[in-house]
Amino acid sequence: MTFTVPIDNGDSVRIAEEESQRTLYPYVTGTSIVAIKYKDGVLMASDMGGSYGSTLRYKNIERVKAIGKHSLLGASGEISDFQEILRYLDELTLNDNMWDDGNSLGPKEIHNYLTRVMYNRRNKLNPLWNTLVLGGVKNGKSYLGMVSMIGVSFEDDHVATGFGNHLARPILRDEWHADLSFEDGVKLLEKCMRVLLYRDRSAINKLQIAKITEEGVTVSQPYSLKTFWEFSSFHNPTAGAEGSW
Amino acid sequence: MSQSSIDLPPKGGFSFDLCKRNDMLTQKGLKAPSFLKTGTTIVGLIFKDGVILGADTRATEGPIVADKNCEKIHYMAPNIYCCGAGTAADTEAVTDMVSSQLRLHRYQTGQDSRVITALTLLKKHLFGYQGHVSAALVLGGVDITGPHLHTIYPHGSTDTLPFATMGSGSLAAMSVFEAKYKEGLTRDEGIKLVAEAICSGIFNDLGSGSNVDICVITKGHKEYLRNYMEPNPRTYVSSKGYSFTKKTEVLLTKITPLSERVEIVEVAGEAMEE
Repeated sequence: MTFTVPIDNGDSVRIAEEESQRTLYPYVTGTSIVAIKYKDGVLMASDMGGSYGSTLRYKNIERVKAIGKHSLLGASGEISDFQEILRYLDELTLNDNMWDDGNSLGPKEIHNYLTRVMYNRRNKLNPLWNTLVLGGVKNGKSYLGMVSMIGVSFEDDHVATGFGNHLARPILRDEWHADLSFEDGVKLLEKCMRVLLYRDRSAINKLQIAKITEEGVTVSQPYSLKTFWEFSSFHNPTAGAEGSW
Repeated sequence: MSQSSIDLPPKGGFSFDLCKRNDMLTQKGLKAPSFLKTGTTIVGLIFKDGVILGADTRATEGPIVADKNCEKIHYMAPNIYCCGAGTAADTEAVTDMVSSQLRLHRYQTGQDSRVITALTLLKKHLFGYQGHVSAALVLGGVDITGPHLHTIYPHGSTDTLPFATMGSGSLAAMSVFEAKYKEGLTRDEGIKLVAEAICSGIFNDLGSGSNVDICVITKGHKEYLRNYMEPNPRTYVSSKGYSFTKKTEVLLTKITPLSERVEIVEVAGEAMEE
């Protein structure tokens, strides 16, 4: 049984002729994903928005999905490419199950597969326009890694994509430590997601936090964060500077 | 009385005369010279008794650190200070200019300068130059009407805020502020939060680095804490100091006046022109 790898036929030839045969820019995009390793596994947070340029078109997109028994995949970037990647992973896990040998694909294997797919597509100048976050637990070991649309891939204790790189990473670098409890982990993720909500224009106040442990995957129901707007200078911002704004 | 030409006073603002020439040169392939930027993290916040400003101390020229310990918190008035990000020459020149204007104004009115005066002078100048004066400023001070904190963008727009960040490290610093700022902070809490925000910029942004400068302004009193924190010391400094073995030896101590060896010829009429 051949192991299928998705490839595009003759793309390099057609590129010269038809620009419409490759991805030039993304259309419907998801914003940041923030994920951390904690005591029992991995926690991943994302909001549920899909922007169409500067319009908030879709408000119910699940950007974190379970893959097999051991992994969680979160994606930011083009939503249609994310759906395509989920299809590839479906095919992959199906073929793996058909061997029927008791083995199941762990997070490390899935991460490696995704790295090859992303890098391969990038080399054909036809990328899948996503930054993917792969988290999972297998045989007691937690794993958290990231792959970008150009094939840059690495593992870390905490990752963030998109705007999260600039706004969430400083907080995670300062406040993450090994063996966080579940409550502390969620509090840390919510802190990051709140800052993103204030300062990322494509973020919405409807988020999901997904947890993966040795037992399996749980994706929370969508909920909102509390925000604070009651600073006294917000009430009357031009108190000392009449005529300005 | 001649009525031929009325002498118009010189108009202020940007003169676009050389833009066409610059366009032509870039089309011919000439690369425009790069600017010394301050690739920066600057912050300000309002606390219980006044304003605290903070800045990092790295000045970059493209990928190179040009100045490891520059001063980004500029004096405007005894009760007003201004942090500057963007092109170093622009921030320096514009704050110096407005500082002089404020001083002359103080002599004329006999009163302490107000923060909105500095704000209006700065934004008028920057708007007139349509964003070509690349100065992004955080202006803070305490005057007779209370503590004030403003941000000014290169194109001339301003914001009045309880906490503000500017520069390339502004997102890293803003994430600290958004997570931890409260109203009514004490002086020590405020300094700690500002130092944390600048450190966040220093360690997470490549354009910012080196040390933390802080300036605390309260009613009637200011404290300029230069190099308040130095979180990037030189790592390996030899405790023995450095000594270099002498590679030169004295061979001869006889002095030969050169005028004995040289013939001096006076040439008339070819002396150096003044």
